[in-house]
Amino acid sequence: MRIEVRFFAGLRERLGVAEREVSVPDDTSIRQLWSLVVPEEPLPDNVLAARNMEYVDLSSIPCDGDEIAFFPPVTGGAG
Amino acid sequence: MTVRILDAGFDPWALLSDYQRAGAPPEGAYGATAVFVGTMRDFNEDQNVQSLFLEHYPGMTEAWLEKISVAATERWNLLDSLIVHRVGELHPGEPIVLVAVWSAHRKAAFEASRFLMEELKSKAPLWKKEQREDGARWVEHNTPG
Repeated sequence: MRIEVRFFAGLRERLGVAEREVSVPDDTSIRQLWSLVVPEEPLPDNVLAARNMEYVDLSSIPCDGDEIAFFPPVTGGAG
Repeated sequence: MTVRILDAGFDPWALLSDYQRAGAPPEGAYGATAVFVGTMRDFNEDQNVQSLFLEHYPGMTEAWLEKISVAATERWNLLDSLIVHRVGELHPGEPIVLVAVWSAHRKAAFEASRFLMEELKSKAPLWKKEQREDGARWVEHNTPG
């Protein structure tokens, strides 16, 4: 299946990649997707993931054509 | 119910005044309006911050803010809500976020505005990068409310 993988903020800068389209075996979980796309780097403990712009558990399995995003803890707002 | 992401500076008070005058919150129905404005500080963890870059996830940020607006509207029976959040480059003193809610009575307004801010800070996909005297760095976590 084809997956559009996106990275944000400090993760994007550290990995040097904002987005990448990859082809992975069916039944690849989001956790496994990380190791296929970023084999040189272990999955950070505090990473968050979204599937088609909704928060998702790392153990879930995406579908063909999904957009999967990985990002660090969020720090918006003020006050 | 309105959510806006802005990439340029804004005046929260003028925006709020225009919004209310335009009549989205039904005049005569609301007795309470609670407003929260978050502004950029010039210090964080005892260090001077010269500027800030706010990154977001276009599409997901709006979707999350709409989701929590719907949740607050249902839970507190709000008459209207408004969330405005800045992205891009900011300097100390500039507003970052505006949250306003309209309800019949004050309890719902106070509680819903607090809920929206906490849900925004803990889950909305936005990230701050601070420019300090000793260089730039990503903020790793938000301060507790």
